[in-house]
Amino acid sequence: MKRVRLSYPYVFVWMPIFIIAPMLFVLYYALFRDGHFTFEFVKQVFADTTYLGAFWNSLWIALATTAICLLIGYPVSYILSNMKKRTAALVSLLFILPMWMNMLLRTLAWKIILAKWGQLYTPGAVLIATIYDFLPFMILPIYTTLMKLDKSHIEAARDLGANGVQTFLRVVLPQSIPGIISGVTMVFVPAMSTFAISTMLGGGEVVLLGQKIEEKFLSGSPGVIGVGSTLAIVLIILVIISMIIMNKVEKNNGTEGGTLW
Amino acid sequence: MKKTIAIVLAAVMAFAILPLLAACNNANTVNLLNWGDYLDPELIDAFKQQTGYTVKETNVTSNEEMLIQLDQDDCPYDMCIPSDYAVERLIAKGRLAEIDYNNIPNIKYIDKDLLEKCEVFDPGNKYSVPYTWGILGIMYNTKLVDEADLGSWDLLWNEKYAGQIYMYNSIRDSMAAALIKCGYDINTDNEAEINEAADALIELKNKNIVQAWLTDDVKDNMVNEDGAIALVYSGDAVWSMNTEDGGNADLSFFVPEEGSNIYFDNIVIPVNSKKKDIAEQFINFLLDPENAAKNTEFIGYSSPNTEVAELIDEFFTGNPAYNLTDEEKARCEIFRDLGDKIEMYEKAWDRVFK
Amino acid sequence: MKKLGNVLKSAYLGLVVLFMYLPIAIMIGMSFTDSRSATQWRGFSFNAYVNLFKDRDVRDALIVTLTVAVISSILATIIGTATAIGMHSMKKRSRTIVESFTQLPMVNPDLVTGISMMLLFAFIGLSSDLGYLRLIIAHTTFNIPYVIFSVLPKLRQSSDMLYEAAMDLGCSPLQALIKVVIPDIMPGIVSGLILAFTLSIDDFAVSLFTGGATKNLSMLIFSKTAKGGVNTKFCALSALMFLVVAALLLFINLRSMKQEKEAAEQNKKVMRKS
Repeated sequence: MKRVRLSYPYVFVWMPIFIIAPMLFVLYYALFRDGHFTFEFVKQVFADTTYLGAFWNSLWIALATTAICLLIGYPVSYILSNMKKRTAALVSLLFILPMWMNMLLRTLAWKIILAKWGQLYTPGAVLIATIYDFLPFMILPIYTTLMKLDKSHIEAARDLGANGVQTFLRVVLPQSIPGIISGVTMVFVPAMSTFAISTMLGGGEVVLLGQKIEEKFLSGSPGVIGVGSTLAIVLIILVIISMIIMNKVEKNNGTEGGTLW
Repeated sequence: MKKTIAIVLAAVMAFAILPLLAACNNANTVNLLNWGDYLDPELIDAFKQQTGYTVKETNVTSNEEMLIQLDQDDCPYDMCIPSDYAVERLIAKGRLAEIDYNNIPNIKYIDKDLLEKCEVFDPGNKYSVPYTWGILGIMYNTKLVDEADLGSWDLLWNEKYAGQIYMYNSIRDSMAAALIKCGYDINTDNEAEINEAADALIELKNKNIVQAWLTDDVKDNMVNEDGAIALVYSGDAVWSMNTEDGGNADLSFFVPEEGSNIYFDNIVIPVNSKKKDIAEQFINFLLDPENAAKNTEFIGYSSPNTEVAELIDEFFTGNPAYNLTDEEKARCEIFRDLGDKIEMYEKAWDRVFK
Repeated sequence: MKKLGNVLKSAYLGLVVLFMYLPIAIMIGMSFTDSRSATQWRGFSFNAYVNLFKDRDVRDALIVTLTVAVISSILATIIGTATAIGMHSMKKRSRTIVESFTQLPMVNPDLVTGISMMLLFAFIGLSSDLGYLRLIIAHTTFNIPYVIFSVLPKLRQSSDMLYEAAMDLGCSPLQALIKVVIPDIMPGIVSGLILAFTLSIDDFAVSLFTGGATKNLSMLIFSKTAKGGVNTKFCALSALMFLVVAALLLFINLRSMKQEKEAAEQNKKVMRKS
């Protein structure tokens, strides 16, 4: 039981000071102006459709990125996990390597290509670079989970007469849900809030929520920071909602897996 | 595996910590907060050779970043080069030190007319020394644009060139173009006027007249002829036309007849700098005609130094974006610090970039 | 049939690898052009590399990036692993609460993390002279949750009975942790460390608002490329970075493979003897 104590330094010292307190500062700036409580910024953000476009852009680009990364990435992880251990270790390096390279540099590479291709400053340009930047973050967690998967379960399913598709759907997929959840989290959250990619490739034609917030904070005047803080809180709430959905998915699958075995 | 990772990490850490310790010794170093590529690094070397002092440069990309950095009590910088309206704000907030001109005899080389213009944001020229200046205007490709269409801000709204126009992705600059086109002052705080200007920008978006809203990419794209017309600062136009530096000789520049914005980037010293004397020594060094000429050829922005014209390459003095006329200067106005009223511009701008 | 499947699998992997590497390859190619801007090919030269090595800003920024990444990822791995082990043995309700708070920095847009940190540092008076300290604190903070969530799935997959068994066999709780639990979750710890290191190296937004005078590579790249298109200097930087990372990863991997092979042979010998 004493193991719980290992988490105390983080839970009771680091987290309150460096995570919760700073967030309260953002909340403060969203609701206060010069020390006085105000709904001014909340009204400004929700009153009209001004921020709806950026909001919508961020949402669909993040959703599309996550879905496409999962579609491309899951088969990669699955194929890797079925390889001989040594080959898989080497091939997986190919997918880890880009993660080690600076994201702005990787985005710059797309800038060169898209400019030649004549596709710069389009939603597609932002989407493809976002997928490119975040794909490894989908592959790695799923691969790690699949690798740990007990191969005897698969053999058992085969022995009991399940075909390949059945084995995959009823044995492999349910057990890889934790990996999928971390992968989706690691892709969706940063994709939803990215601003560097759209700043570099969007050319003002594709404006994202993250970009709006960054602009607000960089301009430095208190009223504008208030709007930025409010937008930031909207973004946080949205991502928390998606988190809750994903936790539900994981929980449902967890109990199902439990009864199966 | 574990051991190898541990060894590699330990090695990298040892390598990484050494310079950290070395960086602590900086008694002979002054910190300069500057725009990227906005000071010839060879001048920093020369200054070090002459005086033994090291100038350490940190780059930012906007006046707003500079304001954030300078608007704190523990500001670590000894010099900064903000634009006019940012200088005005910093003076109002008491963030700048008064410059001791006894330490800067080379101030005599600075154009008196320009110094007088600078009094709009720095009365008495007490806190800032002009570093570069320029005018917001239109760069165009002579092969792609009819001469008859030139002259006015209307060119940016000309549907004939739909999809070939670049606007500047910065509130004050694009709004200035729209405000003047609508017949208003670039420093207006009248909400109706601001909204009318924003509507003019929305028209550009809705009719797909603008290809993209960019900042510095404009230069490369114009050089590569991806577009034909761009809202630019004169200094950036100079860079794009310099064929020796990968520019395009077909590009040209004009200041619209309705008038425009004239801007100054100025060297200032934060009030809490502990090395003000070294900073002033460096400012004096930069104002030396030879050094100023070298720096001007590096940056490409117009210099306020009266001696520089004699010393720099003919390319610059013959360039319409470098050698701006008195008449053009007279048509232009300086951006004022709008304080909290900038929020009206922010709101209007948000309507443009939905 | 099986052969066809294997060919298809390899072809698919090949396609994805092509997608991952073609942009990098093009960028490396452009690093050899004789032009300042990476928009068109103007003949072969090493000028970009010469310019890169002359650039003091790049060198300084590289040092900042590495220092912050190494220190913050190690700190985050230690704190994160300990926290994950602690969290795993929490009661379900308190674990859920701690987990959701831990997710905050991941949920948070990184730029908001940066801004909120900046507000905090201003409040507690941590001067921007101390850019290194500010960066390390900020990076450690956003790295810890990623370590925790790399380790937690491993803990879920590993059996608590191992820990209990070790204690029954006479291990102290600490011994049981070090000898049984940690080795069992090692892949998670390592991938957490790697992830933390990568995220720190990649970070731009948080650093932008916390670094002040201390600039990391991302801040430098952004401030430079925002000021004038894609300079071939940065293509050269990408090429070098790619080489270093590839060599490092290959080295680590080959070493571990060799060790595994030796271990396997050792096992065989033992088996034969018995």
